[in-house]
Parts: sequence; C-alpha cells; structure tokens
Amino acid sequence: MPRRTMVEAIRDAMDVSMQRDDNVVVFGEDVGYFGGVFRCTQGLQRKFGSSRCFDAPISELGIVGTAVGMAAYGLRPCVEIQFADYMYPAYDQIVSEAARLRYRSAGQFTVPMVVRMPTGGGIFGGQTHSQSPEALFTHVSGLKTVVPSNPYDAKGLLIAAIEDNDPVIFLEPKRLYNGPFDGHHDKPVTPWARHALGEVPEGHYTVPLGKAVVRRPGTAVTVLAYGTMVYVSEAAAAETGIDAEIIDLRTLVPYDLDTIVASVRKTGRCVVVHEATLTSGFGAELSALVQETCFYHLEAPVMRVTGWDTPYPHAQEWDYFPGPDRVGRTLKAVMEA
Amino acid sequence: MAKAAAAKSKPSVSAESPRTGDNSVTPEQLRQFYRDMLLIRRFEERAGQLYGMGLIGGFCHLYIGQEAVVVGMQSTIDSSKDAVLTSYRDHGHMLACGMDPRGVMAELTGRSGGYSRGKGGSMHMFSKERNFYGGHGIVGAQVPIGTGLAFARKYRGENSVSLTYFGDGSANQGQVYEAMNMAALWKLPVVYIIENNKYGMGTSVERASAVVDLYKHGQSFGIPGEQVDGMDVIAVKAAGERAVEHGRAGKGPYVLEMLTYRYRGHSMSDPGKYRSKEEVEKMRGERDPIERLKKRMTETKAIDEARLKALDAEVRRIVADAAEFATTSPEPDPKELWTDVLVESKPAQAA
Ligand SMILES: Cc1ncc(C[n+]2csc(CCOP(=O)(O)OP(=O)(O)O)c2C)c(N)n1
Ligand SMILES: [Mg+2]
Repeated sequence: MPRRTMVEAIRDAMDVSMQRDDNVVVFGEDVGYFGGVFRCTQGLQRKFGSSRCFDAPISELGIVGTAVGMAAYGLRPCVEIQFADYMYPAYDQIVSEAARLRYRSAGQFTVPMVVRMPTGGGIFGGQTHSQSPEALFTHVSGLKTVVPSNPYDAKGLLIAAIEDNDPVIFLEPKRLYNGPFDGHHDKPVTPWARHALGEVPEGHYTVPLGKAVVRRPGTAVTVLAYGTMVYVSEAAAAETGIDAEIIDLRTLVPYDLDTIVASVRKTGRCVVVHEATLTSGFGAELSALVQETCFYHLEAPVMRVTGWDTPYPHAQEWDYFPGPDRVGRTLKAVMEA
Repeated sequence: MAKAAAAKSKPSVSAESPRTGDNSVTPEQLRQFYRDMLLIRRFEERAGQLYGMGLIGGFCHLYIGQEAVVVGMQSTIDSSKDAVLTSYRDHGHMLACGMDPRGVMAELTGRSGGYSRGKGGSMHMFSKERNFYGGHGIVGAQVPIGTGLAFARKYRGENSVSLTYFGDGSANQGQVYEAMNMAALWKLPVVYIIENNKYGMGTSVERASAVVDLYKHGQSFGIPGEQVDGMDVIAVKAAGERAVEHGRAGKGPYVLEMLTYRYRGHSMSDPGKYRSKEEVEKMRGERDPIERLKKRMTETKAIDEARLKALDAEVRRIVADAAEFATTSPEPDPKELWTDVLVESKPAQAA
C-alpha cells in the first residue's frame, strides 16, 4: 500500500471526490494555480480544470459565503482557509449562515460544504499562525468539527466530510502534515513513510464522522486527545510507563460518547489533552461529559492538560505547547490521586 | 466630492513614464533617501542570513525591492505625530519610522531586547514612541485600525494623518472597503498606500482582482487615487506630499497605488514557481530603486565615490551591530509568558 504524507492524503481525498462527483468544487487563496500554501491542492487545477479548482482573492468572508450559496444549490464546495487563524473574517458566514440554513429553512436548504483549515502551533508562527480554534466551532450547533491525526484518517474523514450533507469544519494539524509529532521539537521529524498510519489505500474509502478510535489500549487511565496531542500523549505514556488508554477522538462534534464512556468506566481515570487554551476549551466539554456519565466509576478528578490561557507566544512557543512532560506530570498526578 | 474624485482618479504619474528630476529635492535629501533605502536593504539581507542560520524562526517577510515606497512616504510626514501601520512585511516600515534596528532584529530572533520582547516575532511589532502601530499578521486587519487612528487624530483636533499600508492581495479583503467608506463618509485624514508588488503570496493581481488598477478601488466612495512608480523614491515623495496635504487640509482619505516589486519569496519558504526568474532579474536589473537613485546622484554629482563608500560603511556597521545585539540579547524571561494578557498579569498556570 502506498505511503503518503498527510498533505498527499488530503489531496488524494479531494481528487477522489472530484472524480466521483461533478458537484465537488475546490477553491481558496492560492489554491488553484499555486497549489495551496501547504501544497494540499497541487495538481488539482491541472487535472480538473479551473472551473472546479480555482483561486479566490484574499477574502475569507467571501469564500465561505459564496460556498454557502453554492452548497444551498446542491454543489459540494470544499474550501480552504489558509490557516485557521484567518477564519475570523469568515466566522459570521460559518455561524450565522452555514450552520443555520438547514434549521432556518426547516430543512428545505442544506449546506453540504467543507471548510478545511490548518490548525495548531509548533512552527513558530506566533499568535496569528498557531491557534487552535476548534471550540469556536464545537460551540455552534449546526456544524460538525473534525480533527484528523494521520494520513489514513485524513483521507477517509475528508471524503466522508465532503459526502456529508451538513457543513463540516475540517481542522488539519499543520504540525502533522509531514510526520507524527510528539512534542519533542529538538528531535528530527519522523516521516509518515515510517509510520503505519502513513499507509493510505488508493481510491475511495471513508472513515465515518463521529467515531473515535483507541490508539493505545491501556488499563490505568483514559486519555482523550485529538490531532497532534495523540502523539504527545503516546510519548507521555511511554516515558512515564503509565498504561494509558489513548483515545483519538477524530470527530469532536458529533462526539463518540460510547467509546469514551466504555474506556473511562474501565480505567476509572481520565485526562483530557488539547493544545488550545484551557478556559472554555473543548476539554471543558469532555470533562463535563465524563463527569456526567462516569461519576461513580471515577477514582480521581478528571484533569486537563492544555495550552495556557494566553495568546500564542512567538519566542516562548515551547513553554506554551503542552508537551510530553506536562502530560506525563498530569498522568502521574491522576494515578496518585 | 465625487467630481473631484473622478478628475483625480486618472494616474497622475504612471509607472511606464516615471517622472524624472524634481527640483524640490535637495542633494542632501537624496543622500538621506539613499542611506535609508540601503539600510533597509542591508538589514533585510542580514535578516535572511540569520533565518538561514536558524536564528530566526517561523515567518520572515523581506521588503527587498520595495524600499523606495516607505522611504519616500516617510519623508512626507512628521514622524513625531503622524501614524504609520502596515502588514507583516514590516521591517522596512519600522526602520523608516526611526525605530532602532537592534530592537527590530532582536524581535525577529525572539529575544528580550526585541520591541515586543519576543512575544510578537517578525510580523508583530510596535513602537508607541515612533508612532508605529504594527506589524499585523492578519491580511487587511490594519486598514480599519489605521482608519480609526485617523479618526482619533481628527477628533482630538490634531492636524496629523495616518499612513495605512497594505498589499495588492490585501486589497481584496472586505474590511478594507468598510474602512474606506467610513473614511470618506467621515472625511478622515488617512492615506491608503497599496503596495502593489504584483503578487499576493503565489497569486498574481490578475488572478485575484477584477479591476487590476488598484488606485481605482476607492472610487466608489469618492476617494481620489493615483498610481505611482513605487520604484522611484522621488515620484513616491511627490505623490505622498499631495496625499498627505489632502488629509491635512481636511479633505479626507486618499489612495496611492505604488507599483513596486519584491525580489525575494513571499516568506522564507517560497518555491517561487508562480513567476519567472527572468521577470525578477529584469526588475532588479532595470528598476532597482537604490541603483536608480545612485545613478541619478552620481550623474548630478549629488554624491561622490568617497561619500558613497562612507554611507555604505555606516549602514554595514549599523546592521552588524543590530545582528550582534539580536543574537546576544537574552531569551525572554519565563515570566513573560504571563504578562500583557490583560492589564493585570494573570497568575502563572504553570507549576
Ligand atoms: C486574513 C488572512 N488571510 C490570509 C492570510 C495569508 N496571507 C499572508 S500574506 C498573504 C498575501 C498578501 O499579499 P499582499 O497583500 O499582496 O502583500 P505582500 O505579501 O505582497 O506584501 C496571504 C494570503 C493572512 N495572513 N490573513
Ligand atoms: Mg503583494
């Protein structure tokens, strides 16, 4: 089976979807001629023509808004916002229109669109190129929010997202584009070619939205993570020797409560890990859900390891980023509680 | 208003026929322009080297090729009161504003001696003292802010203006036009300087703008616009003076489209496949703002070899000193992670 980077897997997903369905169109800033700032759309314009893969001006609001109109008439736009940090101008169209058209029209109109955006830090991008805004989407009813952590899932989830009949926010952890990253920034990058999940089948397949997966089975403590934090948590488990069960959520909304509950009831402990800031982060939701559903099985408080409640710093990136040390310390604390 | 706009909206100086010679510029001013442009060029070259050595991380957008725009414009304002702000391609603007090259370079390297003490990096720097309001990483975001700065100046009854720079790509952001309408409606003293370097990242103006004459983009709000040879510092100065005077006279906003060119990639990792090497070489060879000025000065005997050498040496010394400072200034104090979030510093969350 071919090994692919996450960039190639994402490109492949759009390629496959465009081949299967003429309604799929791909556009965004630098997406057509240039092939995308992270190269995710390279070659698509040449293959499918500039009416199906094209450049948009730097107009995020316009990009998402026109995609809503296209989708309401039955197209399946898959648009790229160059960095998740640039989506704020488009937020109004995402929240007030994309997420709400189905409800407002009592189901007459639907918005089958995907907004792809690279998310997260680890590249010294400072505050305007490093944020993890997933909670700004999970808080909005009418949206689905997906965060893949590897090439195999990225392709399957993106095809599923494009085929989904509701608007999907597809957050791509940019630090994972070229290889799994466990937070040890001083070590060389492992390429996807050397990771099992870099194996990506040719052609069409889907990974269903709303289904989590256990990445590392364990008995001591459940770790709920997604994106880059899956690898950070794996490193923390290995380095502390704690037999953590690591769950990769893959889709944040709709979340896979069954998988979460089954694991926490088994381990009796739970740590939630994300890169985004702590307060009102998605970890707060997960923590509340675990408390509501597993209270009588818990042997320790549910703990969160997250980015700090500060803007994303430039120079002090690695003091902000929740790396394996921070996760490991919390794993130990939860085991000792 | 609308009539005036229509009358003024044809380019008074076109890129194809640059204005030559201008009696209003003294030899001393020319030498100053030359020095200031050279400082930016050499500073940026050094920044590129430091990036290559891994001493600057993340993004770094060099201004090489565009020096005449900011140097010419700065000569038309009073830097003790007029505001300047721009995008992430901001190093040249800061040097032109008289900010300390040491502090700028040290922010690039993320050190405590940087203007934002390592919090901002290359794209996000400010100097209240020099009236520089940033360094903005979000494309177009500075445009309404620059408009608000003009409002505040007018409100206070100060006769000062706001120079609000943005790129050709940024000219497609919706908020640019919301701001322009307000500026025209409220007659705000803001000069919108569109640095048209032909590309926004890897996308040419033709691929992104329905109307490629960007000086016309204020027309529907009745804002006069001019297209200027942005590779000619004297042409920039002349147009800048008209625009700034317009603002000071209470006549409202003005658009200047500067035809310019960036020689380097968009940021440091740019495959450069969207334009030909020949195009870059042609611009560099035929239109370079520094070489052009040098030629003009030598021809008119505004400068001799010895003075050129002395300026060159001075600039090199400043840049070497800035680089030395930026690579020896200490890393930010760990406590800095928690400061400047709100007025009251947050208690540290870290154990
Ligand atoms: C809101 C937003 N969208 C997209 C970007 C990504 N981006 C950064 S610079 C750039 C191109 C801007 O081009 P232009 O305005 O011409 O300025 P130049 O880089 O040529 O100076 C893009 C698309 C961003 N920083 N912010
Ligand atoms: Mg440009």
